[in-house]
Amino acid sequence: MKRILISLIFTLSFVSLAFAQSTAAPDRNATGGAQTLEDIMARQRGEEVDNSFRSDATGDAARAAEISKQLGTLGGNSDPELWRALRFGSADITASNSGPAAEVLIQDGGMSWLNLRSGPLIKYGGGLLLWVIGLLGLFYLIRGRIKIDGEKTGRKITRFKAAERFSHWLLAGSFLLLGATGLITLMGRKFLIPTFGHEAFSVLAIGSKWIHNNVSWAFIIALVLIFVFWVVDNIPHRTDINWLLKGGGIFSRGHPPAKKFNAGQKLIFWSVIVLGGSISVSGISLLFPFQFEMFAATFAKVNAIGLGTYLGFGELREVLAPHEEMQYAQLWHSVVSFVLMAIILAHIYIGSMGMEGAYDAMGSGEVEEQWAREHHSLWVEEILGPQVPHAPVATDKKPVAKAAKKSATELAKVADAPITVAKTPKKKSKTKPVKPAEVKTKKASAPKSAKPAAKKANVKKATAAKPKKPASET
Amino acid sequence: MKSMFGAFFAILAIAIGANLALTQAGFSSQERTSSSAVRLDP
Repeated sequence: MKRILISLIFTLSFVSLAFAQSTAAPDRNATGGAQTLEDIMARQRGEEVDNSFRSDATGDAARAAEISKQLGTLGGNSDPELWRALRFGSADITASNSGPAAEVLIQDGGMSWLNLRSGPLIKYGGGLLLWVIGLLGLFYLIRGRIKIDGEKTGRKITRFKAAERFSHWLLAGSFLLLGATGLITLMGRKFLIPTFGHEAFSVLAIGSKWIHNNVSWAFIIALVLIFVFWVVDNIPHRTDINWLLKGGGIFSRGHPPAKKFNAGQKLIFWSVIVLGGSISVSGISLLFPFQFEMFAATFAKVNAIGLGTYLGFGELREVLAPHEEMQYAQLWHSVVSFVLMAIILAHIYIGSMGMEGAYDAMGSGEVEEQWAREHHSLWVEEILGPQVPHAPVATDKKPVAKAAKKSATELAKVADAPITVAKTPKKKSKTKPVKPAEVKTKKASAPKSAKPAAKKANVKKATAAKPKKPASET
Repeated sequence: MKSMFGAFFAILAIAIGANLALTQAGFSSQERTSSSAVRLDP
């Protein structure tokens, strides 16, 4: 019985091996070993065809005829063998120009890159941007402008210093320029040449290239600056979970408490840092072609940890032609840029027309105190201290109006005083005192005796009365 | 607004500076890919 079973297993193994051989190596006797019509049709159907029967058939240099003999000039190879060697990158090429790309005469990966770049990349990338714009428009129609719920106090709090605003606008301005010129470069051939013609587009393309290549440095510098300025305030905090669970209060009255940056802003910040950083790295590799081989090294790491197999991609190629490195860099640069542009569109919307009072943070740097209390209540408590009466966070319109009126009166009393020094601890259980804050009016400057108290926040009252008592007496 | 316009001016200054620096640094395509026997545009 055992013998029968063993013989059955052997028979099945041989059958399966024979079957595997028949599928791996189709009969090409009719063409003398060259590709068959079935090979060509399979490629046209998009099927994977094992090209080793072509890539390996490049002649044998060891059997080369002497230069004086027939075929000697071809090194003993036939014309088809030479062209196959060129086609598959195994020919011994000597080029008069230098650079790693000079010796690659045929790079068939370029075709799939070109098809991807001029087709799906434009379609889905452009579609994503249009979809986000449409979604924001719809959101505006449904939700309208997010207004300050409570009564405005007339006092301003310094939210961003001049250096922070400068860095933000350096990043924003450069990003807008890079985005516009990047889109022109990617989509110009398809959309602008048919409309404006080749000559007009040529001028535009050359200008776009100059701007894109050189403004990129401003973007990179700004990215470093904003990271340094804001990374501490963007470290995730447990209050972010609550903020996210409540959707930032976008569709409800009332705002979840937040520190200087709420969870939404932190997501924007880290998106800009991570995606912007990735765009910068791929952009530098495009600025200095063939100098940085990023993707072969990345693919090797992906293979080493088995990520490609886990995600179903299989083993990624670890040897890439110089052109392929650039093609992958360009695709990556574009895809990540589209994602970041989509995110930034939402950021621009909410920072301008989408929310009342938000633009002031980056415009003048000073925000309405009531806005700050509604959107960044924990931050206001940190800088002003809890002794300043709160304008209540809106949960329903009518109570807010009444409560805001009451609190406005209380706040006005505080604001009439030129200086308020907050020395009360944040919480009773904590011993660490809250950093003192400066409250000053436009008409009256703070007395010298109180100046050391001014550290973090400025609160300005637009129409404050002349102070009667110095700060030390309040 | 001063910060914003200052930043926009800085973008222009950085771009012009980067162009000058990269032109002088010898990283243009023609310089990187041509052999010593090739006469380049000044």
